[in-house]
Amino acid sequence: MAEVEETLKRIQTHEGVIGTIVVNAEGIPIRTTLDNSTTVQYAGLLHQLTMKARSTVRDIDPQNDLTFLRIRSKKHEIMVAPDKEYMLIVIQNPSE
Amino acid sequence: MPVTHKTLVKSKQGSNAQSQQKPLAAKTAKVVSKKKDEDDGTEIGEGGDEWMHGKTLIKPPDQLDLTEAELKEEFTRILTANNPHAPQNIVRYSFKERSYKPISSVDQLAVHFFLEGNLLHRDSDEARRQKAKQGLPDEKATVVTETEDEKLETPLQAAGGEEAGDVEEGGGEDGAHSVDSKTGKKEQKLTNQFNFSERASQTLNNPLRERGCQTEPPPRASFSATANQWEIYDVYLEEMQKQEKNKEKAKAVPKKEDDKGKKKLTLVETQSDDLTKVAKVAKIIERMVNQNTFDDIAQDFRYFEDASDEFREQEGTLLPLWKFQYDQAKRLSVTALCWNQSYKDLFAVGLGSYDFTKQGRGMLVFYSLKNSTYPEYNYPTTSGILCLDIHPDRPYLVAVGFYDGCVAVYNLKEERPEPVYKSSSKSGKHTDPVWQVRWQKDDMDNHQNFFSVSSDGRVVSWTLVKSELVFTDIIKLSLVGAVSEGPEGVPPPTMACGTSFDFHKQINYLFLVGTEEGKIHKCSKAYSSQFLETYDAHNMAVDAVKWNQFHPKVFISCSSDWTVKIWDHTIRTPVFIFDLNAAVGDVAWSPYSSTVFAAVTADGKVHVFDLGINKYEAICQQPVVAKKKTKLTHIEFNPVYPIIIVGDDRGYVTSLKLSPNLRSKPKEKKGQELPRGPEVEIAKMEKLLSLLREPENSKA
Repeated sequence: MAEVEETLKRIQTHEGVIGTIVVNAEGIPIRTTLDNSTTVQYAGLLHQLTMKARSTVRDIDPQNDLTFLRIRSKKHEIMVAPDKEYMLIVIQNPSE
Repeated sequence: MPVTHKTLVKSKQGSNAQSQQKPLAAKTAKVVSKKKDEDDGTEIGEGGDEWMHGKTLIKPPDQLDLTEAELKEEFTRILTANNPHAPQNIVRYSFKERSYKPISSVDQLAVHFFLEGNLLHRDSDEARRQKAKQGLPDEKATVVTETEDEKLETPLQAAGGEEAGDVEEGGGEDGAHSVDSKTGKKEQKLTNQFNFSERASQTLNNPLRERGCQTEPPPRASFSATANQWEIYDVYLEEMQKQEKNKEKAKAVPKKEDDKGKKKLTLVETQSDDLTKVAKVAKIIERMVNQNTFDDIAQDFRYFEDASDEFREQEGTLLPLWKFQYDQAKRLSVTALCWNQSYKDLFAVGLGSYDFTKQGRGMLVFYSLKNSTYPEYNYPTTSGILCLDIHPDRPYLVAVGFYDGCVAVYNLKEERPEPVYKSSSKSGKHTDPVWQVRWQKDDMDNHQNFFSVSSDGRVVSWTLVKSELVFTDIIKLSLVGAVSEGPEGVPPPTMACGTSFDFHKQINYLFLVGTEEGKIHKCSKAYSSQFLETYDAHNMAVDAVKWNQFHPKVFISCSSDWTVKIWDHTIRTPVFIFDLNAAVGDVAWSPYSSTVFAAVTADGKVHVFDLGINKYEAICQQPVVAKKKTKLTHIEFNPVYPIIIVGDDRGYVTSLKLSPNLRSKPKEKKGQELPRGPEVEIAKMEKLLSLLREPENSKA
């Protein structure tokens, strides 16, 4: 328990990380370091995208599964790590 | 009416009279007569006249003139029952033969008159129904029905009335009979037209009551899902797992108690905070974040090959990659390094202190190349760690030797921070620091076992039996050579202090032990008191001794006397000697070539040698740590990737990439395919050795 907290804390304080969001299986954010409206927006949109990505991967091969998803944009990089019950979203400014 | 009679008769007569004539004439005559009839029908008077003159034959003007003979000709006329109006050539389309077929028989029935009657047979259904209807209102029997059998059933009338009443109350089972009898009797019932009175009564109608009840509607929830191929696959997988669990439960029925205990544990876990499930995902994210931050290093690790090596003839360089440090380990020095054989990016770092005066705690830390900022596992220990070894087959078992003489085994799979096994003073721990541990192959009972060597002069074998460490002294190192008596006649210590050892890669029982006195002993597991061979290796303690990974005869040793020596174990003098100008902390053979090895010195430099290229000098000498005060203590090659990790006495571990020159393979001759594999390496080494042996032989 404490280990997880520590890990999340380390991620949050890592260089370049703008925000972290923990989302549950229904797409509801349970933990965040950003403001409410942004969080809700990110959670909703990324949840759908992750579901779609996962569906795609599994349709091609049902034994496969999505490990993580990275979206690199002009301004920053959004990383999503999905799990059976939870999903972690991290927005980072890559060091370039 | 009489007129019509006449005309009819007349027409008949006319037709009869003229029936003997030709049919055509007859027809025309008929027609004419019919016309006449029509005329006659209107004029009564003329009709009468003609009837009077009936005897004289009147010839119509257009009558055919026929001869007498022709007139007397008899024509037979057959009266048939055929309908003259019926069509004679009806055709019907036959689908079977796909053509029109004439129908053989045509219906000859001609209906002239049709009248529907309203009589019913008394036994038919309709009649019975009607009788039943009539039979019910029995008290109202004044309805006069045209009955015929009045006389017969009069005495039964009274009885009939009563019976009818009874039957009414009773029910409708005998309805048919009673109805019949009723109707029969009713028909005979005479009603007095003068003082007949009918009495009727109505039974009580049961009051109608409506009763209803309403239940609560069942709770409804809307449900939606998708049916993809992978969802179906998931369901099947779950089913299979359930089945397997059931099988296991069936097998493990006698172990009920353990299961119950486990169940309790699992229950408690689920009640705890849900964040524990985020652990795995958080780890992945942390690695991703780190990868982003150290993106260039990751790229270098993978893809960078120093191009300038082409221009440096024989020299190579080391490219610094990640640097691993842990906050809590700052004041400790790296005392042991070991790569994990199964997970090629995981390595273990043992932290402690070499300083005799500054002995404190220690730490066992595991790092992965994927995350350089934080260790994967870390175990704090009470005493400084001096050596460690990861089991080659079971990558979760780690054997550790401590400064206080204990040995311990950690199981990485378990959550607790204490070791799984730990030796204590009762169970034969060393009395001096343990300098080296090595896992061995499982013994006959499939127990894991490892060896340890310590300054107290004992080489001990430890076996993991269930939950205990069982020790066996393998050999006791005794001092070889002149033993001088101490100043006061105290017998000098007879035990040598072992500082390092290594087992032969192929020959299981053969191993080397380096001692503090600078000697290397070749020993066998079978002989517990005798050495097979002793080499006068160094002037100071032998810090490391390692067998060559390919060639079965060669081993290397290093010492704080600034030298690195390579030996052939059949020869008592070293084959190569290298002086590195500083105390050598550690030396390691490379896993990809039999002639490449690296050494680290106390002045912060890494020396890489390739005997195949240069027999006398290092092909790379590079300072790796920033401040010259830092001493490098250990070095290890990664079994797969071209990187080395170097530990120093400040607790840092630096990873470096070997440039291409340092990992050169022998050049291919044109047209010839180079055989790859250990044989090549052995051959290479052998060639080198033979070069050296020849001058010796020649000398001898």
